[in-house]
Amino acid sequence: MTNAGGEAYLSPASLLNEPTIIRESTSMSSIMQSKNMGARLDKLFRGTTMFFAFLVFILLLGIIVTLFVGSLPALKAFGPAFFTSDAWNPVEIQFGGLVPIYGTFITALIAMVIGIPVSFGIAIFITELSPTWLKRPIGIAIELLAGIPSIIYGMWGLFVFAPLFADHVQPWINDNLGALPVIGQVFQGPPMGIGMLTAGFILAIMVIPFTSSVMRDVFEIVPTMLKESAYGLGATTWEVVWNVVLPYTKTGVVGGIMLGLGRALGETMAVTFVIGNAHELSASLMMPGNTISSALANEFTEAVGDIYTSSLITLGLTLFVITFVVLAIAKLLLIRLSMREGKQS
Amino acid sequence: MSQLNNKRYLKRKIINNVTLSISLLTVLFALTFLVWILWTLFSQGLSHLGLDVFTKMTPPPGSSGGLLNAIVGSLYMVLIATFIGTPIGVLAGTYLAEYGKSGWLAPTTRFINDILLSAPSIVIGLFVYEVAVNSVGHFSGWAGALALSLIVIPVVVRTTENMMQLVPSTLREAAAALGAPYWKVIVNVVYRSARTGIMTGLLLAVARISGETAPLLFTALNNQFWSADMSKPIASLAVVIFQFAMSPYEDWQHLAWAGALLITLFVLTLNILARTIFRPSQSQN
Repeated sequence: MTNAGGEAYLSPASLLNEPTIIRESTSMSSIMQSKNMGARLDKLFRGTTMFFAFLVFILLLGIIVTLFVGSLPALKAFGPAFFTSDAWNPVEIQFGGLVPIYGTFITALIAMVIGIPVSFGIAIFITELSPTWLKRPIGIAIELLAGIPSIIYGMWGLFVFAPLFADHVQPWINDNLGALPVIGQVFQGPPMGIGMLTAGFILAIMVIPFTSSVMRDVFEIVPTMLKESAYGLGATTWEVVWNVVLPYTKTGVVGGIMLGLGRALGETMAVTFVIGNAHELSASLMMPGNTISSALANEFTEAVGDIYTSSLITLGLTLFVITFVVLAIAKLLLIRLSMREGKQS
Repeated sequence: MSQLNNKRYLKRKIINNVTLSISLLTVLFALTFLVWILWTLFSQGLSHLGLDVFTKMTPPPGSSGGLLNAIVGSLYMVLIATFIGTPIGVLAGTYLAEYGKSGWLAPTTRFINDILLSAPSIVIGLFVYEVAVNSVGHFSGWAGALALSLIVIPVVVRTTENMMQLVPSTLREAAAALGAPYWKVIVNVVYRSARTGIMTGLLLAVARISGETAPLLFTALNNQFWSADMSKPIASLAVVIFQFAMSPYEDWQHLAWAGALLITLFVLTLNILARTIFRPSQSQN
């Protein structure tokens, strides 16, 4: 009722105000020709840019649809049990995603446990402690860590870090943390160097530049007045960071952490070198395991048969969905912070 | 009373000093790994980085050789990927910056683009495998280049949009007041002032794909022999490094280190160039 009435009322009015009518009347003038050309080119240009923006949008849908279609054979064969089964037997064509999915989460978790405090410390140093001349060099140096290709981290991890880790760190962890009741078994295992703990540690180093640069950026938007008020009340630098800067930038910090988490979940080459590629579920972090991305990197080109390939694609789809959700949350949190910032200034 | 206050003050001071020292340590922690990794690369790679690396093909196990075909393959794919990805990225970024004030497309694309920016590159490889390898029936250099271009696009979109937004709107208005249609304003005024910024983004994108391995594993695959045919499997530096480093042969491992040093020097040089010479006014994450 209201709809129909509204439309009936609107149409004559909108006809009168139709911009095309005005445009037509001006096009009567002598510059008609060139103006029409200009308008047409304008439309063309806008249309072209819009097409390519749309292409980016289509790309995402394309990835999801393609991977979904590719994973149908495996999903049909195993059903939802695929995600809870730890089977991985190419000979008997039995596949389940539990081991790689578990490995993906555990390595990312280790990366976060180490990476978050370190990134936080770096961001504090750059924003609050560092003399101005040192800020830029340190910032660039940390960002260079992000520039090193992940395959280099993998090589370094396998040939340099893992042997040292096996000789000096893992025995210590075995003796001390491994002796603890209940959680002890998490830290017990043969000191081989490779395994989930090593992979997680290397991921942590790779994630630090991303997380710390977001933290640094959001710390820098804290109004100086707020900080100086706290200093004026006699607060120490740490108290200002903990009680003023951190609460003010909470959403941004979490956004930065999620961004790092997204990276850690999807990282491939560095992990592939040091994870050990074992399709076995084990509680110990010292044991070799597998992640979704390294299972793909190692097995995809060698996979024989539809079900095997399709199972790997299902894992890829799972990884994409997980990282998509994590990154989307990161993005939303950061947008929320910048919107609040926009309102206040 | 005053003694109690003193005690509390001392405690706060100690906490402050301890936490700030830890903060300094975290910076040293990160820098240690940067130096350590670079030092490893130089000490392992430099001695094997002879002229042979640039003039000979990848060898079979147990004999000496170089990385020529891998270097050429990488160059081809990176170049083609940049040529495909740049126009698409710049135009899409233009839409977001100039026409993106209303409608659903711009915010959605911006959001998706930022996610694609951090999306796992191996999934991109999987996608291209399904689209350009599985349907054709064989691996090819084109598929590899396509996969890399999909990684270029989000980086270029992001920097283009940011850099175009930094161009003051008074410039646009001045051009429009002279009677220039909007497309001319964008091409002749906005692109020109944002040029260095867009170039920076391009450099960072090239740096990013030069070291990418995961998306090439099941698109371009690898090729032990000389091949410049993009419709066949083609070698790339990153994949060769992966294969050689994981092998038990010492010759191969030496070549892998040489390649690793090469690739890292190239990527880091691009990164430093982008950050210093073209000095962007805002950092991208």
